Amino acid sequence: MSDMLVTLALILGKLLFIFGVVLFMAAYLVLAERKILGRMQLRYGPNRVGPFGLMQPLADVIKLLTKEDFVPARADKWLFLIAPGITAVTALLVFAVIPFGSPLEIFGRQVPLVVVDLNIGVLYFLGVSSMAVYGVVLGGWASNSKYSLLGGVRGLSQMVSYELSLGLSLVPVIMMARSFSLTDIVMAQQSIPFVLLNPVAFGVFFICVLAESNRIPFDLPEAENELVGGFHTEYSGMRFGLFFVGEYINMVVLGSLVTVFFLGGWNGPWLPPLLWFLFKVLAVCAMFIWIRASMPRLRYDQLMNLGWKILLPLSLVNILVTGAVLLGLG
Amino acid sequence: MLDLYLPIIVVIGIAFAFAIGSVVFSRLVGVKRYSELKMSPYECGVPPIGNANERFSVKFYLVAVAFIVFDVEVAFLYPWAIMFKQLGWYGAITMGIFIFVLVIGFIYDWKKGALEWE
Repeated sequence: MSDMLVTLALILGKLLFIFGVVLFMAAYLVLAERKILGRMQLRYGPNRVGPFGLMQPLADVIKLLTKEDFVPARADKWLFLIAPGITAVTALLVFAVIPFGSPLEIFGRQVPLVVVDLNIGVLYFLGVSSMAVYGVVLGGWASNSKYSLLGGVRGLSQMVSYELSLGLSLVPVIMMARSFSLTDIVMAQQSIPFVLLNPVAFGVFFICVLAESNRIPFDLPEAENELVGGFHTEYSGMRFGLFFVGEYINMVVLGSLVTVFFLGGWNGPWLPPLLWFLFKVLAVCAMFIWIRASMPRLRYDQLMNLGWKILLPLSLVNILVTGAVLLGLG
Repeated sequence: MLDLYLPIIVVIGIAFAFAIGSVVFSRLVGVKRYSELKMSPYECGVPPIGNANERFSVKFYLVAVAFIVFDVEVAFLYPWAIMFKQLGWYGAITMGIFIFVLVIGFIYDWKKGALEWE
């Protein structure tokens, strides 16, 4: 019985730690993104709130919380209300299976640094992340606004199109690691990360991750200068905040997943595993921001061509080649 | 079994509490000043014209249909991917034939112009 209690306490402790770190990281990613974008465009970025603008995230939260939260006339009220929640919740749910460090020894117990090491972790991630599309499409549909509808429909098509290649690019990873468990996948990369073994899968996965998170160059569902805000045009206050937070949590999640699937997770020389993991995740996030600063937005036909005519056949061929090579090597 | 999925339930609980809590809190502290103009959907500052639920291109529907077919394909690939060492060349060739059949459908889709956006 006490054993059960200790397990539960450990789970809760790990969860609170992860949620704290993730929300903190998401808040400061917003600031980092604005700062880096500013610098890359020869501006200062936010620097008024606190030293170097470091209190900016706090000010943003206070602002979002105290803004008016209203439902536009003739909107589908319930769908409108739950859509931002779906975005935020699905982003948070994926964190349950991400291993962020090698198992620790605490009080003579082996404590794995993951909330739960599901033996179907990859399937869990794919299942939960495909729920994220509902936040975008329901939000766009329920708003009773033309811009929102267009943004929602675009988002739906884009996310399902890239989800295919996303799923297919993980098949070689599973073939190499021979497990659905994310911890096993990291373990399998102890000597050499999968990015070196299968760079094609990494490239496809990375592009799909950008598309799934609706970031430049794939931000057509939002497209400020043609759709004003796309699916979240009509949202205000904390509901907009949930979309916003969800997007940045998603960035951390996807950065972690790129790290886990291809960059070797917590494996690395000299430094402690936890630091390596954090360092890699931040590097991937910095890459996302850098891409946002340097790339133009794709046209919709280019977006669909890239997804269906290039990435999909490429990842199918990659699966067959990987299979043949692995079987050939015995 | 319960050991494995109990934490997931806890995560779901916390995630929902975060989402609902923050919105409820903002409802409580936020200002409320409704006006008819504020409630009308945004349309570049002019009163909205016509119905918001406009018709949109059938292409989006085609993409959704193609997605369903290929998503099932992906779902079939996973069990093979995890057992492919045990299944060996027999499994690989079987899977190759399966992918080949789908690729025929894909090429048909492509040639019919379902993937064209002009």
